[in-house]
Amino acid sequence: MSGAASALFLLDIKGRILVWRDYRGDVSAIEAERFFTKLIDKQADEQSQDPVVYDNGVTYMFIQHSNIYLVVAARQNCNAASLLFFLHRLVDVFKHYFEELEEESLRDNFVVVYELLDEIMDFGYPQYTEAKILSEFIKTDAYRMEVTQRPPMAVTNAVSWRSEGISYKKNEVFLDVVESVNILVNSNGQLVRSDVVGALKMRTFLSGMPECKLGLNDRVLLEAQGRTTKGKAIDLEDIKFHQCVRLARFENDRTISFIPPDGSFDLMTYRLSTQVKPLVWVEANVEKHSKSRIEIMVKARSQFKERSTATNVEIELPVPVDATNPNVRTSMGSASYAPEKDALIWKIRSFPGGKEYMLRAEFRLPSITDEEAAPERKAPIRVKFEIPYFTVSGIQVRYLKIIEKSGYQALPWVRYITMAGEYELRLI
Amino acid sequence: MSRNDSKYFSTTKKGEIPELKEELNSQYKDKRKDAVKKVIAAMTVGKDVSSLFTDVVNCMQTENLELKKLVYLYLINYAKSQPDLAILAVNTFVKDSQDPNPLIRALAVRTMGCIRVDKITEYLCDPLQRCLKDDDPYVRKTAAICVAKLYDINAELVEDRGFLESLKDLISDNNPMVVANAVAALAEIQDNSSRPIFEITTHTLSKLLTALNECTEWGQVFILDALSRYKAADAREAENIVERVTPRLQHANCAVVLSAVKMILQQMELITSTDVVRNLCKKMAPPLVTLLSAEPEIQYVALRNINLIVQRRPTILAHEIKVFFCKYNDPIYVKMEKLEIMIKLASDRNIDQVLLEFKEYATEVDVDFVRKAVRAIGRCAIKLERAAERCISVLLELIKIKVNYVVQEAIIVIKDIFRRYPNTYESIIATLCESLDTLDEPEAKASMIWIIGEYAERIDNADELLESFLESFPEEPALVQLQLLTATVKLFLKKPTEGPQQMIQVVLNNATMETDNPDLRDRAYIYWRLLSTDPEAAKDVVLAEKPVITDDSNNLDPSLLDELLVNIATLSSVYHKPPEAFVTRTHSSAQKTEDDEYPDGIESESSVNPANGPGSPPTSSYTIPASPPPAAAPVPDLLGDLIGMDNNSIVPLDQPATPSGPPLPIVLPASTGQGLQVSAQLTRRDGQVFYSMLFENNSQVPLDGFMIQFNKNTFGLAAAGPLQVPQLQPGTSTRILLPMVMFQNMSQGPPSSVLQVALKNNQQPVWYFNDKILFHVFFTEDGRMERATFLETWRSLPDSNEVSKDFPAIVIGGVDATVERLAASNIFFIAKRKNANQDVFYFSAKLPRGIPLLVELTTAVGNPGVKCAIKTPSPEMSTFIFEAIETLLRS
Repeated sequence: MSGAASALFLLDIKGRILVWRDYRGDVSAIEAERFFTKLIDKQADEQSQDPVVYDNGVTYMFIQHSNIYLVVAARQNCNAASLLFFLHRLVDVFKHYFEELEEESLRDNFVVVYELLDEIMDFGYPQYTEAKILSEFIKTDAYRMEVTQRPPMAVTNAVSWRSEGISYKKNEVFLDVVESVNILVNSNGQLVRSDVVGALKMRTFLSGMPECKLGLNDRVLLEAQGRTTKGKAIDLEDIKFHQCVRLARFENDRTISFIPPDGSFDLMTYRLSTQVKPLVWVEANVEKHSKSRIEIMVKARSQFKERSTATNVEIELPVPVDATNPNVRTSMGSASYAPEKDALIWKIRSFPGGKEYMLRAEFRLPSITDEEAAPERKAPIRVKFEIPYFTVSGIQVRYLKIIEKSGYQALPWVRYITMAGEYELRLI
Repeated sequence: MSRNDSKYFSTTKKGEIPELKEELNSQYKDKRKDAVKKVIAAMTVGKDVSSLFTDVVNCMQTENLELKKLVYLYLINYAKSQPDLAILAVNTFVKDSQDPNPLIRALAVRTMGCIRVDKITEYLCDPLQRCLKDDDPYVRKTAAICVAKLYDINAELVEDRGFLESLKDLISDNNPMVVANAVAALAEIQDNSSRPIFEITTHTLSKLLTALNECTEWGQVFILDALSRYKAADAREAENIVERVTPRLQHANCAVVLSAVKMILQQMELITSTDVVRNLCKKMAPPLVTLLSAEPEIQYVALRNINLIVQRRPTILAHEIKVFFCKYNDPIYVKMEKLEIMIKLASDRNIDQVLLEFKEYATEVDVDFVRKAVRAIGRCAIKLERAAERCISVLLELIKIKVNYVVQEAIIVIKDIFRRYPNTYESIIATLCESLDTLDEPEAKASMIWIIGEYAERIDNADELLESFLESFPEEPALVQLQLLTATVKLFLKKPTEGPQQMIQVVLNNATMETDNPDLRDRAYIYWRLLSTDPEAAKDVVLAEKPVITDDSNNLDPSLLDELLVNIATLSSVYHKPPEAFVTRTHSSAQKTEDDEYPDGIESESSVNPANGPGSPPTSSYTIPASPPPAAAPVPDLLGDLIGMDNNSIVPLDQPATPSGPPLPIVLPASTGQGLQVSAQLTRRDGQVFYSMLFENNSQVPLDGFMIQFNKNTFGLAAAGPLQVPQLQPGTSTRILLPMVMFQNMSQGPPSSVLQVALKNNQQPVWYFNDKILFHVFFTEDGRMERATFLETWRSLPDSNEVSKDFPAIVIGGVDATVERLAASNIFFIAKRKNANQDVFYFSAKLPRGIPLLVELTTAVGNPGVKCAIKTPSPEMSTFIFEAIETLLRS
């Protein structure tokens, strides 16, 4: 059942090794490189390769980030979920250190990279991936002190994500409630799937070891406390917590209690799969005229209350690859042709609730087409938007209590925003 | 925070190494540090800087932690190539392991454990002992993992020095991280040991469940994975465990979630209350769904696992099919897996929506995905009787779009639909025939021809249609030829008119005279004979009703599924294969035995993902429920129908005549052999010992002129003739059997099973490798004895010639199978008797030169533990004999 990684490779975009760390001495770097360069060469630009590949007794699991590949190799039956997730964590760690994770930053910092690879994994077992704490004892030159360091208590503590002795003049917490709406509408206008993924994003600037308690209008909790819910409470379907939240406590009495890490992190994410009325509805009508031109008529309607306003609305309308000479008119906002995406992009900076805007576009088409041509990729209409001060779920932060033994007062700031996630309408 | 280390990569003039050497020995600290960085930079880009070993090691004694780490890193890389010099580092290691700074203490043991050099390992024990009891948890957690490292290098040492006990003590450590690492180390050691080392008692269980709340996310995964093999005593305990584990489903780390799911599923097997089970299913659904919002790579792992979970517990996600609908930007590997799960979850209730999705996918651009979507429609038709008609109409709509590969794929699945619902949907045949000319893929062609033959009586111009295919008969692939042959016979039997009669002559002639495919020829001869002797009988046979096929979308064998569910989240669950199928070795200090499942299949360029290899179903994914196996092939095989023979038993001629068989252990890995990889093993065939070898040339040049030489050995094994290996082109492999003789070059000294081999060719230096002599190849075929002879021999041998040994871990499950297996290696069953609650078995065998060997096995069948006693005139061979018997009993 158990199993661990054999080695970790950081490869460039062609699959050549930049840095690697051998954890078990049973994987050959030369073979790994040869295999990977071939693999990348073969897959070319399409991302069709499964992220778990087997070759000659070795399993390679990999992810890509900007122009590098992060790969773990294993000979045993190791935990694939854990190792792939670990790679994503590793990206976070590197980003914390180098701001950008790319070939250049790895080369420029290879000493630190080696040091990190030694600390975050031992004998192929993931050990410790809290970037903030790691940077307390593995430092880049600019911050390096000549005194020998000790491992911070946090590395082996039960509270492994926060160091002791943090101090701020002004103790503040910022809490952003961000909800992304995912929608899929079928070509017959039917809403196939909709869900909302919410996240409570926190930025804490708190001294000492603060005990926090967060109260939401969670129906289960309110009912357990015997309070009247008055229709304001909500049902959160699947909640995921940052590791700082005491899960057993939540399971017992739905209390969200935690000692937060310092700085920004996602305290929790949740999901609602109730039917959501599409906040921005787009209808498109396409007419092809005898292979010479194409006319697109689009209606966009905001289906939320008038007191809210969507901002930065961007509607991406697919057009045929061989379209030319765009001629576009809009009743609001501006539209531009983006040939690299084969799309027309309609931007509306401010879109109040209950409004409807129009776009009319005309393109030329070549009169001769290849009979044998492959069918065109049928892209959906995609929409981006943000609606501040609004949540689909109606989630509310009822309180955020912060208790620290020094007894300071901390100010919590809460903001709400809804945005489009995977918002797709297969209408054309 | 970035800094510019890249300057260390820049190369200086030609004298790089001497220059570095000088700098490493500089009197200035900073210069030395810079030099070490340059050395590491050179190492990173793959330059060989091992010649600087002494100079780098001289920099090891430093207060500077960064520099120390770099030197350690260098040591990990090069100690193996300079084992004699590596000893220079030992003193500093030992000193560092007592440093006041816990970071340095931990670093020292961690690094020592990574250096796989015996001389270093000897000195590791004392520091490790100290560090396991260190005051600082950071050092203890590092030491815990180090025990696993040491076990991997030298298991005996770990056991002798009592490290296992210290490790077990760490399970009760007050620091959760130490506990988690100790659990990981113990779990790994247990995996590599046959005797019980890490047994989870109720006491440890409760301790670990408590630690679960406090340790890091990675530690939680270690603990959950280790606990998932704990078997609860009863339903109540199982429920208690589940209760403690369910909060983990809320963790943000998806690996924690999946491991928790694994554990809950395991315990659920014991829970009897349907309410509890239903409740748990309800609890697991949302976290599983949320995994689909993770990064695509993780979604992929999650989907492969969900595929397994829905096979065991379909209710969990029965109402969640929509979350598996593909998003436009999903990577193709995610889309493929989603499709598979959609088929599994499709039901009468949701089929309309599902079909709408499939239809959408069938018009996308990725050809593989489109094909899979079309097949998915067909599989739904076969699975859901009430939806079959709707599925067919969608398929017909797709055919009308006239995209070539869509049409071909649709025809393949429609053929399957005909087999599932005979005589129901023939009205669509006319539509299918319209696309006849566009078919160019063998499978689609074969399917269409099968349809024409099967329904020849209803297709007016069936003869014309078939005739159009006949023109190209000789050029068609075997699949199509076989179908054409059968379809023509069917046509002839159904419409015995002049046209078909001529056609059948042509086909039979073609298939018997002009082909070298034995399958085709044999089938044609049988038809010919049947038709000429008794046409009525031919009708009964060829036109017999075929068994109806069923859907196989839940196609994993239940016992395999059980095994895979225990392995949720691991590679095994991603590949849908048991770990043995791809784990090439469990213990690196042991001799490399790579029982590679794909010895020839995986050439370096064909990097097959096993998950998509044999696992992904082609049309043959429809199996027949009844036990007689005819017509299991994708294209209904009438030869099978005809003589009731399993298709698979016919060996196609195009397989190489060279001996195949179980994969051989690798004796010379490609990494050592400059690309030449040799796998070999002694075997016995037809009364002779052979050295079965597989040569694989992964180098860039052709290799030839192979010669082999065996060193003197206990049994005097030597090659009976020269090694005959043809020139080996790059990327190719060959298997040969080298006949061996015994008693040729016997070595003196104590008996040993080591076989030292030297191998050379014209292009490479001489390779030396060690193989292990498997004693059971020496048991001769004439070892069977009469009972009387056995008894007589037993009595005639003095008791001092009797030796015995226990195999504590061996279980004899099936007596018959064991007896058969031993007989296959020329150990013959004589008699059996009962002794108290144990069975005693007697066997006889013969060693070369006619030396008799008598074996007595005592065991309680089905329970572990076998006592083996042997009596032979040559008891000095007993070690080898026991080893051979143990191997045979285990396999």
